[in-house]
Amino acid sequence: MTNASTGELFLWVGLPYLALGIFVVGHIWRWRYDQFGWTSRSTQLQERKLLKWGSPIFHYGTFAAIGGHVIGVLIPESVTRAIGIPENVYRWFSAGAGTLAAVLVIGGVIVLATRRLTVPRVRATTASVDYLALVLLLIVILTGVAPTVGVNMFGHGYDYRSTVAPWFRGLFIGSPDVTAISTAPVIYQVHATAAWMIWIVWPFSRLVHAWSYPLWYLWRPYVVYRSRDTSRRPSEPGTGGRKWRKIGAPY
Amino acid sequence: MRVMANVAMVMNLDKCIGCHTCSVTCKQVWTNRPGTEYVYFNNVETKPGVGYPKRYEDQEQWHGGWTLDRRGRLQLRAGGRVKKLAQLFYNPDLPSIDDYGDPWTYDYQTLIQAPLGTHNPSARSISALTGKGMDVKWGSNFDDDLAGAPEHAVDDPDLIGLEDRVRMEFEQVFMFYLPRICEHCLNPSCVASCPSGAMYKREEDGIVLVDQDRCRGWRMCVSGCPYKKVYFNHRTGKAEKCTFCFPRIEAGQPTVCSETCVGRLRYLGLMLYDADRVLDAAATPDEQDLYEAQLGVFLDPHDPAVQAEAAAAGIPHDWIAAAQRSPVYELAVRHRVALPLHPEYRTLPMVWYIPPLSPVADVVHAAGYDPNDPDKVFATIDSLRIPIDYLANLFTAGAAETVRAVLRKLAAIRAYMRAAQLGLDRDEDLPGSVGATPDDIDDLYRLLAIAKYEDRYVIPPAHAEDAGRLMGQHEQLFCSLDTDGGPGMGGAGPHGIASYRPSQPDTGHADQTFRADDGRSHFNLLGWDGRGSAPNLFPEPGPS
Repeated sequence: MTNASTGELFLWVGLPYLALGIFVVGHIWRWRYDQFGWTSRSTQLQERKLLKWGSPIFHYGTFAAIGGHVIGVLIPESVTRAIGIPENVYRWFSAGAGTLAAVLVIGGVIVLATRRLTVPRVRATTASVDYLALVLLLIVILTGVAPTVGVNMFGHGYDYRSTVAPWFRGLFIGSPDVTAISTAPVIYQVHATAAWMIWIVWPFSRLVHAWSYPLWYLWRPYVVYRSRDTSRRPSEPGTGGRKWRKIGAPY
Repeated sequence: MRVMANVAMVMNLDKCIGCHTCSVTCKQVWTNRPGTEYVYFNNVETKPGVGYPKRYEDQEQWHGGWTLDRRGRLQLRAGGRVKKLAQLFYNPDLPSIDDYGDPWTYDYQTLIQAPLGTHNPSARSISALTGKGMDVKWGSNFDDDLAGAPEHAVDDPDLIGLEDRVRMEFEQVFMFYLPRICEHCLNPSCVASCPSGAMYKREEDGIVLVDQDRCRGWRMCVSGCPYKKVYFNHRTGKAEKCTFCFPRIEAGQPTVCSETCVGRLRYLGLMLYDADRVLDAAATPDEQDLYEAQLGVFLDPHDPAVQAEAAAAGIPHDWIAAAQRSPVYELAVRHRVALPLHPEYRTLPMVWYIPPLSPVADVVHAAGYDPNDPDKVFATIDSLRIPIDYLANLFTAGAAETVRAVLRKLAAIRAYMRAAQLGLDRDEDLPGSVGATPDDIDDLYRLLAIAKYEDRYVIPPAHAEDAGRLMGQHEQLFCSLDTDGGPGMGGAGPHGIASYRPSQPDTGHADQTFRADDGRSHFNLLGWDGRGSAPNLFPEPGPS
């Protein structure tokens, strides 16, 4: 912490907490204000041939990438060592599985981005916040894939678990290690910064549909019955006396 | 026994003239918004025909509704819960917009604003999806009245097994109309398919609705419904469906499609059913037994035991009384002249149809119709293999005998009542030959031919203590013309081309003032919201 400049403090402490704050408060606000706009905003009706390949590949690749981040960044090195996983094994697992995830995510996002930009029916449904999220995603993906494939798979390897990971975990216990992250390679820094930007955009875009993955469907009864609840006023948008506006939609 | 009530409909197909008034009025009320251009909660199809969307009845292709697994248990045809979640990112069974037809409008403004010239201006078709020009290729009712039938009608899934016998030549073809709304099924596969749990069946009246706040746009309901009566709003990214006009039903009024039907062919009434028997009935092994199985689910509202159970289940007294007068119960259960649409989907639909006698009567007429000889009518019904088998594919999963019994009864009513009207000798054996008493025939005659308003629609209003939530499921709780830039506000309306182009910049006052012949600027009061400033509304004070 001693020789951190103001800029470093903003990038590695201010921005993360700002992003986290907006992420949390934004979601609460969006949920209370705009459940009507809370949707995946699917465009399968308009276009299905490209979506058939792009969407599942991208989503499943993203799940793998998120899983990799949990293992590599949230779980400390000492834990994996304590349960008997040598550094070498971890690195090659990380590089192998990470490369697989990277290929899926890159392939999926290329198909999806092409579709969104070149299919007129899909493009017409795209809001500016979608373009912003797409650009940020592309930055995050490219800066995430490059070190995974280029450095860890084919290069000499870089131990982000002793620099990036402690800083990230430190954010959640209130003592982020600024020195650690500010000495990491630039590509990791760009990756992390763009990721925080996505956290900021998240509550105001269609990305909110990620929190609605309907796992409850696995055990709920098939047919849902609901009473015409008399006690509750309808919560439809526009009925509360205030003007309601769509969030993250081009129309 | 667990008694529940379900509002239900019967349509008498003999009376449908295919005027589409029901579709038009329904659209005006519910789906005249951008995003729902292609959505018809009510549509009228010409049969034989491919339907809307194309070939929706072919569940080998779309996997809608329920099926039985190898051990005879009920399961969604598109697959179980795990498979549904795995296919969340791409639903292989979802129709594309081209199966419905790319919705379009016309660039009418070029007609109005084109400069004077020698060529007539033409209005280009403009896609509601992109706001750009398009070529119209398909839409709802492109095969109306058998238009293009030799090309399209042969794709009708209900013609399966009849291909060799159906002729699309003009002289030999038969045709009737099939108006369709959501079936508000007892065992709705759309509700079962919704991963979010946003779709539900109302406990009080059985109406199936989509909670617009909880829908997340996973679109499994669209493919799960075998009748394709759940639609995806391409603007809001949410599912929408026929609401059975629940705000009207709650007020004791018929649905818009029923109220405006010029043929007066729709009947609305309450059905009491035993919810505990629904799943067993839907899992009936033989598809052709599903009709009888569903009849077995309905409860007799005249039975004191049923009335007691219904009261115990919290069904109000006036609802039980309405169920006793229900024309749907009369037509479907007591007289057995109404049949469910595609019972083989195993959803236990609640919109039933009286099959049309007209294609039959037409042939009878051609063969020399003799009103004094109903046997001749029967003989002709029996010899009409093609229409009866076709109707059976629609209404009884192929059991022609059931359709034949209904048609014979309908023919008997005509013959019996015609004789009575003309003072001829009535054949008193005729009612018995179709399993009815003379009183039954008279009741049916009154219900089907006289068809008084209060006999067709027996709808108990929702209870007053439930008032205050008779609100629409949509955001649009105001006059649809009064949206920003709508006709009520001086604009081109919700279907103007402008509405298909994202985010129009505000034009401000530029359009609201005009220079008149007196050389002075005037303020155009049309379109003034009454709040902003109104420059040049009054003349400048003169020098006097």
